Amino acid sequence: MGLIQLGRPEKDGSPDIITTTVEKAVNWARKGSLWPMTFGLACCAIEMIAAVSSRYDMDRYGAGVFRASPRQSDLMIVAGTVCRRMAPVIRKIYDQMPEPKYVIAMGSCATSGNIYDSYSVVQGVDRFVPVDIYVPGCPPTPEALFDGILKLQERIMQKRVFVKQPEQVRARFKV
Amino acid sequence: MAFEDQRTTVYKVDPEHPESQTLPTLRTEELLLNMGPQHPSTHGVLKVILELEGERLVKSTPVMGFLHRGVEKLAEDGTYHQFIPHTDRLDYVCAMYNNFAYCRAVEKLMNITVPDRAEYLRTIVAEVQRIIGHQFWLGTQALDIGAMTVFFYCFRDREILLDWFDELCGARLTTSWYRIGGVERDFTPSLLEKLKRFLDYFPPKIDEYVVFLEKNRIWLARTKGVAVISAEDAVNFGLSGPTLRGSGVDYDLRKYEPYAAYPKCEFSVPVGKNGDTYDRYWIRVREMYESVKIIRQCLEQMQDGPIMADVPSVTLPPKERVFTNLEAMIQQFKLFSQGFNAPPGEIYCGTEAHKGELGFYIVSTGSGKPYRLKIRAPSFIHMGAFDFMSRGYMIADAVTIFGTYDIVMGECDR
Amino acid sequence: MQHLAHRLQETFPAGFVKAVEWRGDLAVTVTRDRLHDVAQFLHDDPAMDFDYIVHVSSVDWPDDDERFEVVYEFYSIRKRHRIRLKTRMPESDCIVDSLTDIWKGADFMEREVYDMMGIRFRNHPDLRRILMPDDYTEGYPLRKDFPLRGKGWRDTFEFLDEPTR
Repeated sequence: MGLIQLGRPEKDGSPDIITTTVEKAVNWARKGSLWPMTFGLACCAIEMIAAVSSRYDMDRYGAGVFRASPRQSDLMIVAGTVCRRMAPVIRKIYDQMPEPKYVIAMGSCATSGNIYDSYSVVQGVDRFVPVDIYVPGCPPTPEALFDGILKLQERIMQKRVFVKQPEQVRARFKV
Repeated sequence: MAFEDQRTTVYKVDPEHPESQTLPTLRTEELLLNMGPQHPSTHGVLKVILELEGERLVKSTPVMGFLHRGVEKLAEDGTYHQFIPHTDRLDYVCAMYNNFAYCRAVEKLMNITVPDRAEYLRTIVAEVQRIIGHQFWLGTQALDIGAMTVFFYCFRDREILLDWFDELCGARLTTSWYRIGGVERDFTPSLLEKLKRFLDYFPPKIDEYVVFLEKNRIWLARTKGVAVISAEDAVNFGLSGPTLRGSGVDYDLRKYEPYAAYPKCEFSVPVGKNGDTYDRYWIRVREMYESVKIIRQCLEQMQDGPIMADVPSVTLPPKERVFTNLEAMIQQFKLFSQGFNAPPGEIYCGTEAHKGELGFYIVSTGSGKPYRLKIRAPSFIHMGAFDFMSRGYMIADAVTIFGTYDIVMGECDR
Repeated sequence: MQHLAHRLQETFPAGFVKAVEWRGDLAVTVTRDRLHDVAQFLHDDPAMDFDYIVHVSSVDWPDDDERFEVVYEFYSIRKRHRIRLKTRMPESDCIVDSLTDIWKGADFMEREVYDMMGIRFRNHPDLRRILMPDDYTEGYPLRKDFPLRGKGWRDTFEFLDEPTR
């Protein structure tokens, strides 16, 4: 996070001052409170449920508050086969989520259609919704899903929060 | 804004009432409520259009097909062996039982007898899968009704069995362990040891789940007398499994048309009386005890022997031979690339999965691919009775009724 | 099992086409106009007593004159026997009597047959598509002349052009 410890850490071990950029602080807050939406489509949903329940406990990554409403969530885990009949619903739910929003395509079906090369299955959810992270597996184990969430958190940390970066601002004001 | 509607009822205030002049005329109309397809308690992607009068359900129309993957069409495109992974993903909570049902159907078509040890192995794993299915059902049903703790307890024990599956076949959910004519591999000593330990560990844990529910007033109020269906109606609708047995019909294919090692085991089929959600819950809990009993008996009776029928034109050679023997390798290659030719004819074979009768109707014309493969999915048929069973209940009970069927949309929509 | 077939042949000499027993399954083919009567008899007759409907299915034989085949499977919970009832119809006139008045469970199963194969059922209370959307125009997926990958529906996303709300 680019923390710089100032002050007297030798005294009791706790830093007095932390310096960082606002961007990093915002990103850090965002990555630590991902609220996923309960969006189980098929088999992968069962592993998603297992990821939140007793043994795995997704709360450790700050991503365990599953919301039933898209308006309250910022991570959509597309878990399962995406059928063409379901596609408009997924798009509508995606549009209803507030920015910033992230999408994880969980499992082979959401990634590429898997073995279901048939008349009713969309060959990958990225055809109509932008996807941030693809998690492979059929179904991916909860550990694989966690890996996807950690990768997403890494990506969030690299994102630019403010559209105008200091360099641009500086040039305009001739500071 | 008033509009003329056939469903609109106008209630006039009694003219004798002292305040009749001041009160406005009351008008009630039915409310259409759209539930799903993205709803946390519809167990997937099911949409139901509920017609409500107040909080009572007047009519409900299930709208399905949001997970229709065209499995029956895909079956016509692949060989018989290639369809086994598809069956995993039908009822993804209980993949083993789907494999079992499909392999039995193809064995009936090919007229193959499975060796004794394979039958026992199949029965043991199928019953383990039944326990997993009922645990999953109990956890999610309790969660839907509002009891969170049961969910965590059930999933804690379910993970033990999923690890066991992981060791058995390398996958937690989509197993593909059954093969036409036998099973893929035998138990290792470590697996046997773990299973025996689990059998001692598990029955007290069932009591633990039950403690949370048996005297829980909310659970009783929300399950007793909800979604009642009489035995006659349940049979007429074609319900099966615990949904039918809750109404007092002891229709269980394990007893009616015995298969695998079930005729050699002693077990009872729990049957309900009232046909309500509580009875179906009770049956599923009892079945977990029965499954433990069946597994114990199978482990005692099981003898050493082959785990795959010896029909080289149909069944796969053991993996060790494929890697060392050229003939076996060619056989394996031929079976997977071309398949085997089934005799022309048609069969139906039903198997008692934990949800109900899972059947496969296969039409063969003598080629290496099924000409037509129809899956009799219990979830789909149970949804046919949803409208009938939900009429007159409160809107909150709709969630209970989904749960009582134990529907899984992958199987329902196929 | 053969005694069931003989009994049906005696009762319906005109409608009976053939009976085949293979691998322990009895399949009886009847003519289309007598299907409902035969089914009613199977349900009501005390010796038959088929009170349980197992599945309704359909098979497409594109090379035959009578192209479509509807397959009903019944089971008797009291008598513990099962029977398969089949009937054939040409493509130009693929309509058959619905059995929903005898077995209520036939409702969804017949709707599925209509959806997948395009066979219509007379007197069905609510004959709509069930698995595919109501406005699906490409045809009936399980017919043999329907391509496995469909006719382009799965790759068109017209909803992307709609304004978002």
